[in-house]
Amino acid sequence: MEFLTNLINGISLGSVYAIIALGYTMVYGIAKMLNFAHGDVIMVGGYIAFMTLFYLGMNPLICVLIAICGCTLLGIVIERVAYKPLRQSPSLTVLITAIGVSYLLQNLALLIWGSNPKVFPSIAAGLPSLQLFDGQLNISAETLITIGASVIIMVVLGLFTTKTKMGKAMRACSEDPGAARLMGINVDTTISTTFAIGSGLAAVAGVLLCSSYPTLMPTTGAMPGIKAFTAAVFGGIGSIPGAVLGGVLLGIIEIFAKAYIGTQLADAVVFAVLIIVLLIKPSGLLGKYVPEKV
Amino acid sequence: MALLEADKVNVFYGNIHAIKDVSFEVNEGEIVTLIGANGAGKTTTLNTVSGLLKPRSGAITFNGEDLAHVPAHHTVAKGMALCPEGRRVFLNMSVRENLEMGAFVRKDNQVGETLEMVYERFPRLKEREGQSAGTLSGGEQQMLAMGRALMSRPKLLMLDEPSMGLAPILVDEIFDIIRSLHQSGTTILLVEQNAAKALSIADRAYVLETGRVTMSGNADELAQDDRVRKAYLGG
Repeated sequence: MEFLTNLINGISLGSVYAIIALGYTMVYGIAKMLNFAHGDVIMVGGYIAFMTLFYLGMNPLICVLIAICGCTLLGIVIERVAYKPLRQSPSLTVLITAIGVSYLLQNLALLIWGSNPKVFPSIAAGLPSLQLFDGQLNISAETLITIGASVIIMVVLGLFTTKTKMGKAMRACSEDPGAARLMGINVDTTISTTFAIGSGLAAVAGVLLCSSYPTLMPTTGAMPGIKAFTAAVFGGIGSIPGAVLGGVLLGIIEIFAKAYIGTQLADAVVFAVLIIVLLIKPSGLLGKYVPEKV
Repeated sequence: MALLEADKVNVFYGNIHAIKDVSFEVNEGEIVTLIGANGAGKTTTLNTVSGLLKPRSGAITFNGEDLAHVPAHHTVAKGMALCPEGRRVFLNMSVRENLEMGAFVRKDNQVGETLEMVYERFPRLKEREGQSAGTLSGGEQQMLAMGRALMSRPKLLMLDEPSMGLAPILVDEIFDIIRSLHQSGTTILLVEQNAAKALSIADRAYVLETGRVTMSGNADELAQDDRVRKAYLGG
């Protein structure tokens, strides 16, 4: 039973990683850049939800929607101001800018909300937990909501990228921006849209993360951001199913390492697994290598 | 008036003067070919016409409209499609999705009919509709790239090295397709290293040498020209 509890917790944490990793991987896929500020957008999402939930006492669902809108807007602004002017620059320049944006967001949060951790109120307050096997297995409402929300996001995102014109254009751009332009696709706009979607997802991740781990600080997003980046690389960066698989696996590994090896060592185990996977399969679990035909 | 007209176009890559005062025209219903050695500027010329590259000076007019400063993602909607060098199909997308991308800018409701028409012309694409383009052979990928370009129903179809890297039997097949596209009324601007083949189907031709047009005229006459024979047709 303990095993099952850990597994479910792992899947729940992994789902959050997966949602964050989706943002990383989509942006990488299309703009070939690592947006290291992505983790901090999660934190901002958390704070927006916190403000509306705690001070304004709004319905949790509306709070999440406001957080999504806020982060999407933030993502668009970041992209427009910091990344778009660097479209033609070497990737190192963009990477350093992303790190700069990350610190900027953290310090702005410090300025606005202070350094004291905020205790995030549960978005599932009052909702009953699920009891299985005569109460031996207890799954909290937060866990259920997290897993449910992740599944919905993945299905919707999957449908978006395979069924809609915009989604297909996005895939075309990530494969060959030059050829995509020849099709009449505005690559710049598509990149901005991807940023907006990724940031909206980060808001959801922020709320879900803070519901399960209710300490909200300006650095809250940093570690999950790095872990989700790891998850994206683990699954094969650029690959959407890879991000999901990598995220969920990473969450499960982390929880199991915490439960059976030790809390302090858990992160070391997570990154050790990443190193081993990359040694064996450098492109990640689902990273594709497509040979070019001449 | 010509459908496409380039007038004294100059293109630079940084400091390198790649295209020097290039002028040419393509009239409605023609097949015009640009021939020349590797690095002569053939691909650069096509990329400039399609808007991927910006000319530093000179005018490009298409259908009476100035194109020199229109970005690449707007030129398709104006009625030209480039089937790029190296095919550049979307390898991780299905054959059908690739074709749909070709019709990205179309807002009318006859895309389905164009798709049927492309499938009719390339039955092998229909067979492989659901497969990802990466699993196709080189020849099939070339057909897909051409089909994708046709999906926008272009007034002008530009083909960049359609025979590159293909087995001789496939080269013949691709040229047959080009000929039949032309017969059904498509205006074609063809860039080829296989000069003999290109001259055999073209109406007119331009010879590019290190970024300049050095000769031009009827394809038949150029094919008989001594200098052209020596340089591009193997004597």
